[in-house]
Amino acid sequence: MSSLYKWNFGPVLENLDVLWAGALGTLRLFVICVVLGFGFGLVVGLGRHARSRWVHLPATAFVEFFRNTPVLVQILWFYYALPILLPFQISPLTAAALGISLNSAAFSAEIFRGGIESIDRGQAEAARALGMTAAQAMRRIVLPQALRRMLPALTNRGIEIFKMTTLASAVAYVELLQQGKLLSSLNFNPIETYTVIALVFFLCLFPLVQATYALERRLGRSDA
Amino acid sequence: MTTPAASATQPLLRVRGLEKRFGDHAVLRGIDLDVMPGDRIAILGASGSGKSTLLRCLNFMERPSAGVVELAGQAIGRTAPGKGADTTGERRYDEAELTRVRQRVGMVFQQFNLFPHMTALGNVMEGLRTVRGQREAEAHTRAQAELARVGLADKAEAYPARLSGGQKQRVAIARALAMDPEVLLFDEPTSALDPELVGEVLRTIRSLAEEGRTMLLVTHEIGFAYHFASRVLFLHDGVIHEQGTPDQVLRHPTEPRTRAFIERHREFDF
Repeated sequence: MSSLYKWNFGPVLENLDVLWAGALGTLRLFVICVVLGFGFGLVVGLGRHARSRWVHLPATAFVEFFRNTPVLVQILWFYYALPILLPFQISPLTAAALGISLNSAAFSAEIFRGGIESIDRGQAEAARALGMTAAQAMRRIVLPQALRRMLPALTNRGIEIFKMTTLASAVAYVELLQQGKLLSSLNFNPIETYTVIALVFFLCLFPLVQATYALERRLGRSDA
Repeated sequence: MTTPAASATQPLLRVRGLEKRFGDHAVLRGIDLDVMPGDRIAILGASGSGKSTLLRCLNFMERPSAGVVELAGQAIGRTAPGKGADTTGERRYDEAELTRVRQRVGMVFQQFNLFPHMTALGNVMEGLRTVRGQREAEAHTRAQAELARVGLADKAEAYPARLSGGQKQRVAIARALAMDPEVLLFDEPTSALDPELVGEVLRTIRSLAEEGRTMLLVTHEIGFAYHFASRVLFLHDGVIHEQGTPDQVLRHPTEPRTRAFIERHREFDF
């Protein structure tokens, strides 16, 4: 049966504008989630590193909660459940951005914490001995060194975020997969449409992954 | 720099009843010490005697469990509520106050702790820029002068990974000096060095002594302590076991433990 299938990419290629709109939506969601996810992840990671239990316990609770619940459930919850509890509507973009960003914050917080704790304690001590505040020592001395070590892990996280954007199709946010669903149901050609969608993702991410490997090799070399 | 008016009368550092416990383990058990301006104090003792901890309590890398440290007449921290104005008990320390104290008390570490992501010059400039808020040009000039003082003007653009251990420690000394500390603390500055690199660091420290700087040095180099120090402390089990001039403590020790320690260290002299 499947060997007799006659491939026809015509209808997909005639609707490139639809896919283009989806690609822009994917990109927009990706940028928002990377900025919010990593930004908040740094805050939570510093919180987990903090000595005061009033800071590190909530940070730990946040990480554990969002690491151990599926992103798809979070997105659906933000979209369908939160508006019942709060007096305003939530757009598909907001729901998806919240779910993916919070999940990414939880995972990247662990990367930030690990990176910070991997830096020799003597570095912060030397900074404090010069008379820097704890914040100055973190910003000027510890974080720049930690970021270098974390770069490969953070890039991996970024790739995960890119792929997670497809979950936004569950709340009908206009991104690549959502547009693919639309096209395949209009033209009854799921094979061609989803093949193209998968290829688009591959063509976006493969170079990025290669760049990560190159980066890891470079950092690995100069660390020695 | 020290103010000459205060130098004759007032200790730069005055330590009373200093104690430090880590859990149940008492590392320092009551230290009294006056450091006068221009004093060069060598602190000796077996490992575990508390000498590094004493040094680290003086710039509050460790917070004392009890006792008072005064810097130029100012007691650091305040008594905990409910306690009298005595020297016993744990004091409350304000992080901002400790940061200001550390700006006046420099420290050089056994492991150098240079910032690996900055050049030698960048390391020396860092405190001037971040802590002092100096402009780039001003900090650059000062840092360059400090590197020249330790004989490393030509290594300004080198990263720490490209420097020998002795060079790293001299950059670390320049980094501390750039902040114009009133007291300099050296925590075993040559213990992580290959023997052939010890000399260049000790010569640098000796040149500072000749400028009349106030310094405390924890060391295992007894020979250097003899020539360097104006006073020698021998620590044992968290207290000052014996102290005096280098000649008294190192050549004519009265306490059996001091004598045994010095004999052990001279066992393979020739």
